[in-house]
Amino acid sequence: MAAADPTPVNDTLVLSAPLPLDGGQSLPGVAVAYETIGTLNAERSNAVLLFHALTMDQHVVSLHPKTGKPGWWSKSVGPAKVIDTDRFFVICANVLGGCMGSTGPASPAPDGQPWAMRFPVITIRDMVRAQVALLDALGIEQVHAVIGGSMGGMQALSFAANWPERTRAALVIASTARHSAQNIAFHEVGRQAIMADPKWNGGDYYRTGKGPENGLAVARMAAHITYLSEEGMHEKFGRKLQDRTEKTFGFDADFQVESYLRHQGLSFTDRFDANSYLYITRAMDYFDLAEEVSGGDGGGRLADAFRASTARFCLVSFDTDWLYPTAESRTIAHALNASGAPVSFVELSAPFGHDSFLLDVPALDRVIAGFLNQ
Amino acid sequence: MNGLRPDLAVIAANIAPGSRVLDVGCGDGALMAALRDQRQVDARGMELDPMGVAECVARGLSVIQGDADADLADYPDAAFDYAVLSQTLQTTKRPDKVLGELLRIGRKAFVSFPNFAHWQVRASLLWHGRMPVTRLLPVAWYETPNIHHVTVSDFRDLVRAEGLTVEGAWFLSGDRRIGDAAASWRAEHAVFLLTRQPGA
Repeated sequence: MAAADPTPVNDTLVLSAPLPLDGGQSLPGVAVAYETIGTLNAERSNAVLLFHALTMDQHVVSLHPKTGKPGWWSKSVGPAKVIDTDRFFVICANVLGGCMGSTGPASPAPDGQPWAMRFPVITIRDMVRAQVALLDALGIEQVHAVIGGSMGGMQALSFAANWPERTRAALVIASTARHSAQNIAFHEVGRQAIMADPKWNGGDYYRTGKGPENGLAVARMAAHITYLSEEGMHEKFGRKLQDRTEKTFGFDADFQVESYLRHQGLSFTDRFDANSYLYITRAMDYFDLAEEVSGGDGGGRLADAFRASTARFCLVSFDTDWLYPTAESRTIAHALNASGAPVSFVELSAPFGHDSFLLDVPALDRVIAGFLNQ
Repeated sequence: MNGLRPDLAVIAANIAPGSRVLDVGCGDGALMAALRDQRQVDARGMELDPMGVAECVARGLSVIQGDADADLADYPDAAFDYAVLSQTLQTTKRPDKVLGELLRIGRKAFVSFPNFAHWQVRASLLWHGRMPVTRLLPVAWYETPNIHHVTVSDFRDLVRAEGLTVEGAWFLSGDRRIGDAAASWRAEHAVFLLTRQPGA
């Protein structure tokens, strides 16, 4: 095999046919922006499809065009890295509903105006459907593996359950087969923060050039707390004060943790569309894999979701992740076991909470590399 | 089955090719890998230590992190031809209940354990009045994971009390097989093959 070119390639596919959605509508002219790293082999058998999490995008290794920072998984994807692009052809697409080139609420509707809140409510399976269309366009019948963390893990599960013949393996990290009441509750706080910002204006803010940045920043701040562990936050910030020696008896960001969250919130508004945040969090809240495959009557058994699958599965959770705790991954592992699928599950110890899947956890690298190199 | 621990080699040699096997406490997956590669066995594992699971996943094995005391309940009845519990029984909180679970999940069960009635153990207690630290039981009493030491005779009693049948028994001193007669004091390791015969 010729040495694979590690330079990431960014492209956009426009689907020729309207994309049918779980909500009953179909969406014309859907664009799917994607990045590939490595080289597809002659048998078209070495593709690895990565699904990104809520606020990430297709820039896995390439510099992010808005922040200038390295891609979200440049640590793990590349030549001779954990996901070895000398061997695998890695694909990652911006999700449907996103704001980095794939069709979302900021994209123009057929009337030329932004969709805004006219954009149909989408599901995790709709996001996956758009990416299956991308695989079709790339001429890839079956991928070596699908991999995703958090919302990416939901897509990996949905892919393996709904398109079982299209992958030989699924790696699901820090994820869940359905959104819990607590997950939905946190998302609702974020959405209400956006909608309570007068600049949101019913979602119609694209012409003003000024979106609901305050609302979106608050949404991000609330969500960011859920990505960290209590212990991790305590270690990083404790009760330390920010650039001052005494409390100000005011509402400035006295504490380092406040300053950090404000920064996280503000910088997020530079790269993310508020309406996209509404639609993508909604899709996550609607996710319930057992219900999805049973046709929505609510009576589905999770084990039935994987009945047609012959793929190998691997589930990873982190002991400090309270957003998608270990019990969620264990539930999936039991369902897969009951359906006879080859499944591995491991809870890894890492101090970083939900975000551990993106950070330096050597045991995770071992699991990913070992699972992929079969 | 070269390179396998002696008790695992006995188990591997006596598992029918092509069977479905659950290895409870599978460690780094050595037995499962041998069964898969040499006997076309569909092997699944359970292991408490995350590093062990990671090692197994790296070998392409399907292993779930779990605890023999708590998590066997999640497996359906008769899902496997064999359940294997190698050198793990003595580390469980309730060996009797784990044994019952093994023979609910598997049609047959292999159980191996270090024999606490081996003459070196007896000598240590008799002459020194101390808990033994031997080649087989290398860890001092206060940090050993072995919380339920068991002898060959104890195990036979438990098997009888649980209404189980011994279909085979192998006794090992080092990597040598020894006869049944002196097994109680000469066996370092015992391997039992059990079934739950209705009415037996």
